[in-house]
Amino acid sequence: MQQSRIVITGVGLTSPNGNSLEEYRKNLLEGKAGVSRIEMRYMGDVLAGVCDFDALRYQKRKELRVGTRAGSISIYCAREAVADCGIDFESVDKSRVGIYVGTTEHGNVETENEVYNISQFDYDTKYWSHHHNPRTVSNNPAGEASLNLKVTGPAYTVGAACAAGNLGLIHAVQMLRLGEVDFAIAGGVSESIQTFGIFAGFKSQGALAEHEDPSKASRPFDTDRNGIVVSEGGCLYTVERLEDALERGAKIYGEVVGYHVNSDATDYVLPNPERQAECMRAALKRAGMQASDIHIVNTHATATPMGDIQECEAIGEVFADCPETHINNTKGYIGHAMGAAGSLELAGNLPSFDDGMVHPTINVDNLDPKCALPNLVLNKPVKAKQVDAILNNSFGMLGINSALIIKRFTK
Amino acid sequence: MTNEECKQVVIDIIAEIAPDEDVSDINPDVALREQLDLDSMDFLDIVMELRKKHGIEVPEADYGELASLGSCAAYLTPKFNALV
Repeated sequence: MQQSRIVITGVGLTSPNGNSLEEYRKNLLEGKAGVSRIEMRYMGDVLAGVCDFDALRYQKRKELRVGTRAGSISIYCAREAVADCGIDFESVDKSRVGIYVGTTEHGNVETENEVYNISQFDYDTKYWSHHHNPRTVSNNPAGEASLNLKVTGPAYTVGAACAAGNLGLIHAVQMLRLGEVDFAIAGGVSESIQTFGIFAGFKSQGALAEHEDPSKASRPFDTDRNGIVVSEGGCLYTVERLEDALERGAKIYGEVVGYHVNSDATDYVLPNPERQAECMRAALKRAGMQASDIHIVNTHATATPMGDIQECEAIGEVFADCPETHINNTKGYIGHAMGAAGSLELAGNLPSFDDGMVHPTINVDNLDPKCALPNLVLNKPVKAKQVDAILNNSFGMLGINSALIIKRFTK
Repeated sequence: MTNEECKQVVIDIIAEIAPDEDVSDINPDVALREQLDLDSMDFLDIVMELRKKHGIEVPEADYGELASLGSCAAYLTPKFNALV
């Protein structure tokens, strides 16, 4: 069956080191991290990736008070992406627009806040906010964007742990191909730095990063890595069928040519390199490509001791004997943006189609020999011979794996 | 508490829950919803803030008493004074 070709035509993002693709990319090439120390309820200081986008650009103050941080991030990213893609959005049939937002979790922040709130009133639940339910329904981040953009088509989240950023985009591809929508806004968001539970959970797991210098705390592949820096952020793309994008003369960032999602079915937390490798191979097969056709592999590696090694094992197997395939990572700069990770990390590499540069993995002072993949780009950007295809890995708890392949657009 | 002081308490709450609104010139005899961008959830916020900040309970059957600034003051002032 001949399937529609699907392209990315707009990018809207906020990350701990940039509130536009241009700023973000510049900081990735210059090695500038965006991790800081914040006060966390019950825990004291923790390291986190904090975004400073202008929420009032697209929302009223009351909307910020009533809504959620994830909703606000979605709105900012969606509106930025729509503006970037150059479409006359006023004239678009809003019933044919889909919003698909990947999330690792949603509702923890708002529930923790309410429990804290009623703790100030001797746990009397009559002080529990009536805003709690609309804030915590799992479609909240997409729903708030639909309200803001007056989109009447399907708007919902895709829950997929830390693979969710890829999953949002993959879902948009599927819905466009099925003809369910004509225009999609998709990717992932995270408000996770607002919840102590995420931090406390990683700390209890021995997987929360700590370093005296926040900018050096997230250090995938380094022998001294000691865990995850939790971050907030978001990245949403506008995604269209190729014929629609060409008809309106849209700028095309790249074509989604392959993807795959599978499950380890082995452990709640520990990854499974065999399934990760299968996932990457299946994405390549769908794209009709060989491993050597990929010029950048974005690793999911979160700077946990085992996770990094296992992903490197999987990549080493799939991309053995691929001298032109560069391997990099973005979490050293921005930490782990959870549901936004996959989509933000892809955005960090997309400009490589234009400038040919591959941003490095930073904070690798002593490369772990078990992570020493050939062509791992470390600490300094490299100029690639060519960049025609990117494979974007994003994995999550309960063993969900995703790989997405974006190709330079050629007619 | 006087009626005027009670009106100010309500205005302060509205300023907090509807921070985009101009609360400097509210007509006390006209419904709040006709002058300000307030919805039913906002009125629930007013009820909640009265409870949290002032220990005032407004039963659901009486929500209509909060329609205007004037009716708020007429309804709430005796409740405030009963607290003292």
